[in-house]
Amino acid sequence: MNRWAEGLYQLRQYPSAIAGALLILLLVLLSLYTVITIPYSQAIEQWRGGEVWERNPVNAGPVWADRLTGGNLPATQTVKTDESAISSKDFNGGRRVSMPLTFDYDADGFPSELNVFLSAEYEETAPFVRLTWRTPDGRTIPLGNHQITGDRRISISQDWDLQRRLDALPHVGLFADEPAAQPAQREVQKGTYGLQVDAILFEDDAELDAELVVYGQVHGLAGTDHQRRSLLLALLWGTPIALAFGLLATVGTTVTTLVIAAVGVWYRGWVDAVIQRLTEVNMILPLLPILVMVGTLYSTSIWIMLGVVILLGIFSAGIKMYRAMLLPIREAPYIEAARSYGASNSRIVMRYMIPRVLPVLIPNFVTLIPTFVFLEASLALLGLGDPSLPTWGKILNDAQDQSALYHGFFYWVLEPAVLLMLTGLGFAMLGFALDRVFNPRLRSI
Amino acid sequence: MADRSMVPGRGLLRDLRRLALFMVKRILALFLTVVVGVYLTILVANMGGKVDELRRIQIESTVAEEVRANPDFNDMSSQERNEMINERVQLEVDRLNLDEPFIWRSFDYLNQAIWLNLGRAEQMSSDRGSRDVYDIIGERLPATILLFGTANLLIFFSSVFIALRLSRRYGSPADRAVIGLAPTSAAPAWFYGIFLILFFAFIAPILPAGGMVDVPPPQGMAAYGLSVLKHMVLPVLAMFMSQIFISIYSWRTFFLIHSSEDYVEMARAKGLPEGRVERRYILRPTLAPIVTSFLLMLIGLWSGAIILESVFNWPGLGTLLFEAIGHRDTPVIIGGVVIFAYLLALTVFILDILYAILDPRVRVGPE
Repeated sequence: MNRWAEGLYQLRQYPSAIAGALLILLLVLLSLYTVITIPYSQAIEQWRGGEVWERNPVNAGPVWADRLTGGNLPATQTVKTDESAISSKDFNGGRRVSMPLTFDYDADGFPSELNVFLSAEYEETAPFVRLTWRTPDGRTIPLGNHQITGDRRISISQDWDLQRRLDALPHVGLFADEPAAQPAQREVQKGTYGLQVDAILFEDDAELDAELVVYGQVHGLAGTDHQRRSLLLALLWGTPIALAFGLLATVGTTVTTLVIAAVGVWYRGWVDAVIQRLTEVNMILPLLPILVMVGTLYSTSIWIMLGVVILLGIFSAGIKMYRAMLLPIREAPYIEAARSYGASNSRIVMRYMIPRVLPVLIPNFVTLIPTFVFLEASLALLGLGDPSLPTWGKILNDAQDQSALYHGFFYWVLEPAVLLMLTGLGFAMLGFALDRVFNPRLRSI
Repeated sequence: MADRSMVPGRGLLRDLRRLALFMVKRILALFLTVVVGVYLTILVANMGGKVDELRRIQIESTVAEEVRANPDFNDMSSQERNEMINERVQLEVDRLNLDEPFIWRSFDYLNQAIWLNLGRAEQMSSDRGSRDVYDIIGERLPATILLFGTANLLIFFSSVFIALRLSRRYGSPADRAVIGLAPTSAAPAWFYGIFLILFFAFIAPILPAGGMVDVPPPQGMAAYGLSVLKHMVLPVLAMFMSQIFISIYSWRTFFLIHSSEDYVEMARAKGLPEGRVERRYILRPTLAPIVTSFLLMLIGLWSGAIILESVFNWPGLGTLLFEAIGHRDTPVIIGGVVIFAYLLALTVFILDILYAILDPRVRVGPE
């Protein structure tokens, strides 16, 4: 026990060890926060995509990156009906309702999209709605009439007729200051905009609810992907998954490898020979091609991958290293003493031999974790990630598929890459320092 | 010792005999491991026979589609047409030996794979149009060897060279910098590859983002070579960045341990020039472990090839294997893994021979 305490004390003198440990602590806290605040089932459900994300812009960068570089790109604005501004007038056989949706727009860029979400409650006859756009300088632009059946999304950005009238994409034309200028020279007009929703309700207790979403070019802490999903979800949930995969794979491989090496060294003879030959066969099996094969032919479930990684890692080259360390221990006097008082074979292997090499193993253990974290990311990058889990590698894979770099969505690649790098650095820095503390060969230098 | 110096011929002969015996033993052992490894691969690749079932269904649907789409058979009755479909399916099944039990076919596969008789691909073909797996792989292998050979040699020699220099200036700022940077090697080469592509292909577009030559390939040897060289810069740099610091770090530690040996101190005390001390007293006795680690590094990088190649779209063995898996082309998959296994075995074998030559203990051995 004394040796461990002494080792920890020495470790404090390495700034890289402190930094590494802090990074790991940060990642662990982030995982805990994620697992507590976003339940697993909810994360999986949301990552599948769909309506949950319909109020997010497509491929928007993170807000802070834009603000840090001095930009003032628009963030998404959602404008709801203001109850007090609604005016309603009854007429024979129905009700005329006028709802102004007003908002201030003072960003430097055009929005990326414009949608109106309308929902109507009625018995038989669906309400009828007329939409009119009002610009800060007082122009009005009719946006068409619609019959609202149930929940309805009116995609103003995809109104081809309006696009022809404005001679620009609708979300550009509606926010431009000079309607007559060339499309490229139009600039954003800042000020108070309005969307006038004039509805005719044909029933007394019919209700209409309107919501205008002005999609921004930047969104939240992490931005969004091509399916409008917030990358924050995958970045957050990627942390516990990466750490768990790395840790489980490392424990699975190192512990079994160590035990098998110790068993081989202790029993000698054919047991040792079989273990040695198996190790040699395993060295010839290419790990990654086999993983890719399993991933495409069987399943890409993260548990199956983990199982295969551990299976192939059991008889890894590490056995040779542990063997070399354990061979002199086998002949040590204290083992002979244990034998003479009748300790069982398993007791000698598990309690006397293995603990002796643990200090040398610990640094190895810590530096192995990021290897497996990156292995998981590698598989995901090849499109063999677990189909349902949001992971860092998955984000990279999506970005690769959508040619994110080519389109200039650098955040999409950089965010998961930075997290991967931090994980790798954290464990590696701690591991290297541990190596210098616990590895007696290095301590003298 | 005295005996040996008097009759040098006999000693050499004995050494050679031992070496030959050792090599034969190793070849047999390695061959056996290759056989076991390849058989395991075949088992996994064939999903214990399920791939064949899937393939049979696929054949049936393709044939049925073909017969239905062919206007010549339009006036056939449905019974005639079904018979024709069955006949054609049977023909295809016979061609692929699908009706034999899997276990027999697996031995057949194994036998052929071992003799590098890799059969014909089911879906894929080489760029020249050949369906032979051997041709398909042969076409891709040089690209992999070119890329990984260059990168590994570069990493190996520069790290050993720098490490030797650093071990002499132990504790200098450069030495500390290397120690500090060593953890960056936790990230694999493809990871740095992504960053390099981002910086040098998109932010400052001076180098190609992927591929092996320009499209269309330039005419003339020199222009072609230059184009390949330009495409190699980023992947080689990615491997270099991910490996160099850990490599220097471990060599430096290794040399530090060995340069504090008594005989090195002795040589220094005698006043031998530093270069000679390095070559004769540090490098020579440590040559065996150096070669080992070089070849082990090769082994590690063979399997890393798949991802780096697919990130850089490099037309090598790794990309081929990945495409083959996408096409469910079993012969190509097995062929690829067999070639990987042979390359690894070859690497291990070279390692053994070099060890025997470099390490006198292996050569002399117990009588």
